[in-house]
Amino acid sequence: MKFSKATLFATAAIFAAPFMATTVIADGHGDDLTYILVSHAPDSDSWWNTVKNGIALAGEQMDVNVEYRNPPTGDLADMARIIEQAAASQPNGIITTLADYDVLSGPIRAAVDSGVDVIIMNSGSPAQAREVGALMYVGQPEYDAGFAAGQRASDDGVGSFLCVNHYISSPSSTERCQGFADGLGIELGNQMIDSGQDPSEIKNRVMAYLSANPETDAILTLGPTSADPTLLALDENGMAGDIYFGTFDLGENIVSGIKAGTIEWGIDQQPFLQAYLPVVVMANYHRFGVLPGNNINSGPGFVTADGLELVEKFAGEYR
Amino acid sequence: MSDVSNGDERIKTTSKFRQALMRPELGGMVGTVAVFVFFGLFAFDSGMFNSQGVMNWSVVSAQFMIIAVGACLLMIAGEFDLSVGSMIGFAGMMIAIFGVTLGWPMWIAILITFVICVAFGALNGYIVVTTGLPSFIVTLATLFILRGFTIFIPQTLERKTIIGGIREAAEGDWLAPIFGGEIGEPIFVWLGDRGIINVFERGNRAGEPVVNGIPMLIVWALGLVIIGHFLLTRTRFGNWVFAAGGDADAARNAGVPVNAVKIKMFMFTAFCATVFAVCQVMEFGSAGADRGILKEFEAIIAVVIGGALLTGGYGSVIGAALGALIFGVVQQGLFFANVESSLFRVFLGVILLAAVILNTYIRRTITGER
Repeated sequence: MKFSKATLFATAAIFAAPFMATTVIADGHGDDLTYILVSHAPDSDSWWNTVKNGIALAGEQMDVNVEYRNPPTGDLADMARIIEQAAASQPNGIITTLADYDVLSGPIRAAVDSGVDVIIMNSGSPAQAREVGALMYVGQPEYDAGFAAGQRASDDGVGSFLCVNHYISSPSSTERCQGFADGLGIELGNQMIDSGQDPSEIKNRVMAYLSANPETDAILTLGPTSADPTLLALDENGMAGDIYFGTFDLGENIVSGIKAGTIEWGIDQQPFLQAYLPVVVMANYHRFGVLPGNNINSGPGFVTADGLELVEKFAGEYR
Repeated sequence: MSDVSNGDERIKTTSKFRQALMRPELGGMVGTVAVFVFFGLFAFDSGMFNSQGVMNWSVVSAQFMIIAVGACLLMIAGEFDLSVGSMIGFAGMMIAIFGVTLGWPMWIAILITFVICVAFGALNGYIVVTTGLPSFIVTLATLFILRGFTIFIPQTLERKTIIGGIREAAEGDWLAPIFGGEIGEPIFVWLGDRGIINVFERGNRAGEPVVNGIPMLIVWALGLVIIGHFLLTRTRFGNWVFAAGGDADAARNAGVPVNAVKIKMFMFTAFCATVFAVCQVMEFGSAGADRGILKEFEAIIAVVIGGALLTGGYGSVIGAALGALIFGVVQQGLFFANVESSLFRVFLGVILLAAVILNTYIRRTITGER
């Protein structure tokens, strides 16, 4: 791998320089550990920037090589090929999401069996991680997080809601909405809309839903992709600050929304930790043989208007 | 070829060398060699050329090949199909609905899916030839319609957009292994035992070779390429395809059933997309509403890299297959060569542009066409 980099650099320095941007070359430890993180996120999903930053920082601090890969369109079948590819390049470890068990369990198990250690992050569940032979699961169980949020909203007097699902093809997105409905103790029914990924479409669909169903108590969005346009929609139809608004995940606009009182709370699953901790865990495992005895829950944590300072400072970068 | 030289050009003799250069797949051949040399130099020790690595880019290339054959023949016949990607998602979902949700035997689910999808292909073709609208627009509409159904139907029936359990439902079925199975296992076991290819180090499959057979996906890809090539170059129908795409009116005047040819090519494209989908759901065991997004463009890219003309009437199935191989090798090879993944699209664009310019340049210099 190093040879190829050196040659490429020499022959096409101008071309090569930006391409090597996130690769951190190990030095000092005398080992050359390489970890590859595979996500299911399409290129367009900006939330994963935090994950990229997290793994880059961990690579720097632990003196290991780290790489980030994803299927450009978010097609999970393409992601399976990327995991197979990652296994074929024989890294020391693979950190991957388990967005669809049927599609990804085969390639992940094959990677484990061919001698690559795997940690499941973000999507999936502790049980599924154990099933595919992964070392551990680092993430936020989606249904439970939705359920906890639903209970919280129920305590605040919410009786109906709109779930803005911008990634309807991912089962975990639907689980968040389902968990929220169950936490409130109501049927999900038609309260979940497929908003698509385009900001102006999301905004207009939210406005259309709210004008057709003006009695809606609350809005749940599933991340910055759907939260940012929803904020604009509420500003425009005057419901901002009036309707109960909760969201999964954080981002710059979400944080300022919480500050302004438009958003009640944001559920931080702390993606930074999901990328950072697996690298730390695996590097220490491969160097010293030490391994934590359990899965790691990176979330849920409710971020409210209190104590926003650090969150605000690093929103979109590490938070 | 507008070359009007002295005498009758039909009986003019051309040298063997010149004939070789005039093949539309020449650019694809040059590109294939170039791509392998490039990755041989820059990614040789990265695992790209071990058994797992070879299987990885072969499978990806085979996927492209399956849809590229259909897209190639259709493009030579002068039309596009932008609904290929949606068709892949739709076909997979239909199999899941029939085979899992409704619990029908898998072979019936597969056959009915083929019938439905090929019928959609025929509908695409019928609308294009009867209205005279550009196929670009008609199939763009189909793209949205099929994708919409692919999300709506499972959402309505199952309240989710990924339906699993297909592998279990296909257990013991006679038709499913033709799409999702593997052949040549004993050879790979033998290779594994001799230490020629790696074996699993741990787990239930310890000792088994890391590659345990040639997926039927690859067999289908090669089969479709051979059939497509034969059809195009050795049959009367193949000549009709060229004629329909070259100049539809002239072809009609010469008695070629242009409309029927075009509709058949739309059906064949849909058939190829369905083959892709069935192989995929049988391998992965689930159908998802987001499967196949942008695959129509990947098919077109492979065909164009392979030397076909976007305007129709010129191209080759072998070229398209080589285009698919180049595409697959480059896509996976960039990962092996450890290139920052967000730049993948930049490379894709550069390669596409380079291939088209190279192909056009070669064709113009050799044929003297303007």
